[in-house]
Amino acid sequence: MEKIVNQKAWLLVLPVFALVAFSAIVPLMTVVNYSVQDTFGNNQFFWNGVGWYKDLLDPSTEFGGRFYASLLRNLFFSATVLAIEIPLGILVALSMPRDGWRVAACLIILALPLLIPWNVVGTIWQIFGRSDIGLLGYALNALGLNYNYVSNPLDAWLTIIAMDVWHWTSLVALLCYAGLKSIPDAYYQAAHIDGASRWAVFTAIQLPKMKRVLLIAFLLRFMDSFMIYTEPFVVTGGGPGNSTTFLSIELVKLALGQFDLGKAAAMSIVYNLIVLIVCWVFYTVMTNVGAERSPEAGGA
Amino acid sequence: MQQIPGRAVILTLFLIFLMLPIYWLINMSFKTNTEIISTMTLWPTRPTLDNYRTIFTDPSWYSGYINSLKYVIINTVLSISFALPAAYAFSRYRFLGDKHLFFWLLSNRMAPPAVFALPFFNLYSAINLFDTPWAVALAHCLFNVPLAVWILEGFISSVPREIDETAFLDGYSFPRFFIKVLMPLIASGIGVAAFFCFMFSWVELLLARTLTSVNAKPIAATMTRTVSAAGMDWGLLAAAGVLTIVPGALVIWFVRNYIARGFALGRV
Repeated sequence: MEKIVNQKAWLLVLPVFALVAFSAIVPLMTVVNYSVQDTFGNNQFFWNGVGWYKDLLDPSTEFGGRFYASLLRNLFFSATVLAIEIPLGILVALSMPRDGWRVAACLIILALPLLIPWNVVGTIWQIFGRSDIGLLGYALNALGLNYNYVSNPLDAWLTIIAMDVWHWTSLVALLCYAGLKSIPDAYYQAAHIDGASRWAVFTAIQLPKMKRVLLIAFLLRFMDSFMIYTEPFVVTGGGPGNSTTFLSIELVKLALGQFDLGKAAAMSIVYNLIVLIVCWVFYTVMTNVGAERSPEAGGA
Repeated sequence: MQQIPGRAVILTLFLIFLMLPIYWLINMSFKTNTEIISTMTLWPTRPTLDNYRTIFTDPSWYSGYINSLKYVIINTVLSISFALPAAYAFSRYRFLGDKHLFFWLLSNRMAPPAVFALPFFNLYSAINLFDTPWAVALAHCLFNVPLAVWILEGFISSVPREIDETAFLDGYSFPRFFIKVLMPLIASGIGVAAFFCFMFSWVELLLARTLTSVNAKPIAATMTRTVSAAGMDWGLLAAAGVLTIVPGALVIWFVRNYIARGFALGRV
């Protein structure tokens, strides 16, 4: 649809602009302000220039080392959950029943984990995984595996990954399901007449049609796993040791735990910049995919 | 749509994987603490409602639910009413900086709440909103308003522009057209957007906990209290958890046909 150029449209956008600017720009200005200062308490601040940033980006300092360690942990975590959730989500979407009450029932069960408060998701897995009172922990130990997420870093990681898969695979599945639903039956009939294999149908029809929703799923899952805080915090508290301390957990520890304002602020800025860059890349790719598809399909 | 072989097995296994942890939570909520700690039982041997009774009779517990609902509802109303006109503008017009503005909104949906926890604490303390539902509701606007704009933009774009033009020719003023013509047409979209605002405000804890202390304490923060001198009160914790799932489960029913489209930000 061709849009009309009309500058008065700004009047309609202005309220949103004001509200989000109030919530985003004002706080970010405070953060920038803190990030270039040092404090010795008593609300006395001293100019520190880019000192905190230098420390942060230098892995040999204690602060920089912690930052890089949690960044790496977080990237590894995001990569792992994406590698599991995207294929599994596609598989679940392809397995959805054709129609009738079963679809509604499946959709509701799928959506349920998404609506549970994040700390309760943590609580559920904390209880479920404990070896004394949890079904999972108890069963694993009964099978002879020595599973304990409180003391063993590997078990803690496996628990958190299982929890994230449990929590968010539904999102990928629901998105893919919506993408699959938009494919007209005629495509499948044509494929059937041509004698296309199941795999050919998937790669030639279903995957291209899901490209757009998969991009959104990828973006949302990457971002949300990159800023994950509450769920691992409830289950492991970032431990054992520092083994599950992700970026947000590290940042909250610095900012609200130790009130180390300068360091926390510098880290916030860098954290936010990473998010912004990734976002921009996705946005560009997404608008390009949209532009190349709209002429034939007539828009979204 | 064409399916894959063995789909029933895959789907059943996955749904069981989803339901098991939830079942375990429900199971625990009907047990006494002695039973939880002393034996491993797949269902409560002597079911008790004591955990739920505690929550419904102790004000420090049930006020948590009321506080949470307060800021969630304020946030949903705020987000939708601010987002509607903006979504219309993005959907119908081109204007200076529209693409950049849209990207900026997108980036706020993705911003890590941990970055904003401390500055929000300072900001809302400075304007005397700390520990009120308004503080949390406004803070959650950071990610809910952009989300609502996207979803509504998708739904408004599916309404043909001829409808706007006909209404204006018929002499409708802009506000009247908006309320009488457009809003009924995208009622399902408004419902979906409201659902997502409700959901993301309901599940968020970090900001909600940072911006409240006593008077507006959300249920999620109250739940951290179950550790006492006598150890962890698992039964009570489980019951509180089950009660936080209920509102979500109720609203899913109303939007079940639109959930997927909403998650795709109205763009499937």
